[in-house]
Amino acid sequence: MSELYKVSSNPHIRSKVTTSSIMLAVIIALLPAAGFGIYNFGPRAFVLIVVCIVSAVLTEFLFGLYRKKTTVFDLSAVVTGLLLAMNLPVKLPLWMGALGSVFAILVVKMLFGGLGQNFMNPALAGRCFLLISFPTYMTDFGSAGTSFAGKVWDAYSGATPLAQIKAGESVNALDMVWGRTAGTIGETSVIALMIGACFLILMEVIDLKIPGSYIVSFLLFVGIFGGHGFDPAYLTAQLAGGGLILGAFFMATDYVTRPITPRGQYLYGIFLGIMTGIFRIFGPGAEGVSYAIILGNLIVPLIERVTKPVPFGKGGKAHGRQ
Amino acid sequence: MARLTFAGGIHPYDGKELSKDKPIQEVFPKGELVYPLSQHIGAPAVAIVAKGDRVLVGQKIAESAGFVSAPVYASVSGTVKTIEPRRVVTGDMIQSIVIENDGLYEETEFQPIAPVEKLSAEEIVDIVREAGIVGMGGAGFPTHVKLSPKEPDKIEYVIANCAECEPYLTSDYRRMLEEPEKLIGGLKILLKVFPNARGILAVEDNKPDCVSLLKQLTKAESKITVKALKTKYPQGAERQLIYAATGRQINSSMLPADAGCVVNNVDTIVSVYRAVVEGRPLMERIVTVTGDAISNPRNFRVRIGTSYAELVDAAGGFATPPEKIICGGPMMGFGMFDLNVPTTKTASALLALTKDDVSAMEPGPCINCGKCVEVCPGRVIPSRLADYAEHFDEEAFLKNHGMECCECGCCSFICPAKRPLTQEIKSMRKIQLAKRKKG
Repeated sequence: MSELYKVSSNPHIRSKVTTSSIMLAVIIALLPAAGFGIYNFGPRAFVLIVVCIVSAVLTEFLFGLYRKKTTVFDLSAVVTGLLLAMNLPVKLPLWMGALGSVFAILVVKMLFGGLGQNFMNPALAGRCFLLISFPTYMTDFGSAGTSFAGKVWDAYSGATPLAQIKAGESVNALDMVWGRTAGTIGETSVIALMIGACFLILMEVIDLKIPGSYIVSFLLFVGIFGGHGFDPAYLTAQLAGGGLILGAFFMATDYVTRPITPRGQYLYGIFLGIMTGIFRIFGPGAEGVSYAIILGNLIVPLIERVTKPVPFGKGGKAHGRQ
Repeated sequence: MARLTFAGGIHPYDGKELSKDKPIQEVFPKGELVYPLSQHIGAPAVAIVAKGDRVLVGQKIAESAGFVSAPVYASVSGTVKTIEPRRVVTGDMIQSIVIENDGLYEETEFQPIAPVEKLSAEEIVDIVREAGIVGMGGAGFPTHVKLSPKEPDKIEYVIANCAECEPYLTSDYRRMLEEPEKLIGGLKILLKVFPNARGILAVEDNKPDCVSLLKQLTKAESKITVKALKTKYPQGAERQLIYAATGRQINSSMLPADAGCVVNNVDTIVSVYRAVVEGRPLMERIVTVTGDAISNPRNFRVRIGTSYAELVDAAGGFATPPEKIICGGPMMGFGMFDLNVPTTKTASALLALTKDDVSAMEPGPCINCGKCVEVCPGRVIPSRLADYAEHFDEEAFLKNHGMECCECGCCSFICPAKRPLTQEIKSMRKIQLAKRKKG
């Protein structure tokens, strides 16, 4: 026996997709919407995004020093920081953004065991934490200085379209699709978000099971209970307004906090659609996506329990002979 | 109804272009050949030669030791050097007969066989058993046992597994192109065993030349159809193949016969043909020697017992130093630490890779992405089963259908966190199967 070769259990080949390549794809997919947010709301949006990302990564890095295990290179902290920033209004004091990131990474993610162990989406939990702690700042969608969009700036600040609808005012659905409205940094432009979502679908990072069932059930719910029937303008405004698109494609699809079973994913999407509808129509605020997803996260174990897949060849009418 | 595919599965780089156009070449071994007495599932064979005996090509050197067992034949002429435990591909030491090849290839007289038409089903099964034929796709289950289900009349399909879904392997492909009449002849013999059955040649559609050739040759055969299945790994896994070819599903505790099917691999069926028509027992098989570390990837006609080291020499040696050597395909083959082990009845390939993916990638935590669930042909949740296995939670493992895993390796392949899912599940399955056996 002159030389020994490496041995391992089968299979001996691995796909090229890794955890960090998936995270990188998500970051790339978020860039159009983040870029539009910066264009729409001005340089302060950029600063807030950077603050959130840096504090998220730094928190994970410092925690890693304490646990003697570096995990920042999987890029998941970057995704969390970026997602959190996209869910914040541009005027929010920077230290609040940083605090949200620290909460998301330290409390929601690392203390529960790090990547893959958290039961709530860290970015959304961070947002909800800020929303409860600093409600005035978190719902102030006013201007924060000069916007790159120039003179039409005023139209983009002030009340969000969903708040306007709730108050009985009319909104311009086309502006909402483009994103020329008030709102959080990354949620306003449906077009920019959809470019990113299509990229993720093409890269096979996400599929339409959750976003599809979420959006369809939400539209059915607001169509039936929203008091405007299936009025296309109203439905478009509901669809394009608030964080629905951002939530459905980028946060409800978060691997760690959604059901792993295929049938469970449909059920989860429907649950989110109904909860979002309830919060938006019957709740005190105009928004509902964040709370719906956080609630959805909590019932994931139950959903998985009732939607276990049937193993090949067990049960069903295709069993054995036909 | 045939589905021609199944849910789940993966599309790895298939590497077949390295060796697919290389015609089958015969390899003449030098020195000693090693015949492990256990090259099949079941009782090890019993040696019937002694040290110093002279043996001829085709002479039986070990006798079958029960119903689920198979005899072993010499593939060269020479002298029995010793009978002792030798290392085999899996790393185990197995009692083996070692024959010093005299290079003369003197053959015993092969028994002339009555015309196939006159043989009864029992006679065919007897010939297959006597010839030492086992499942040559990799499992090594004695073929005569497969051919003896409780109710042979209820078998409706005899499926020839021509999928060859493992990446890099081209031995079945060459066999189909070069000796299709033997494959079809063998299938016709098997159909004689099962009077109510129809034959299906199930080929993956990445081999269109085989599909059209087999279709053309079976035009006049009313009982045989050629089915082009979608190319996807593991299309050739028994349960997935049956589903794709017939639309019938069986689970891990059922046999193909429960769905009215009998499945055999290409090389196995050709061996049946040679045993019945030519009277030659199982002494050789086709082995693909390939991989980016091999100078000249080839398909070899190998005398069983030849050392893998000789096959590498016959393929021009290594072009680059390999990091990993695999017996079989990259998805289900065994990693080998040493080349000086013998080929056996189930050796389909030798794959030498310059780079080892497994040791190059550090496993990370599960991110619950669900890709393993998407690709699992057994429709279980591999990531969770691996967790249960890791924590030795037997109850949860069994309750969540851990035994339905077919160990195809799709989950480990696809996992972005590079977790060794298949390995974890496989270890737990082994423990559970051993417990079952004990009763």
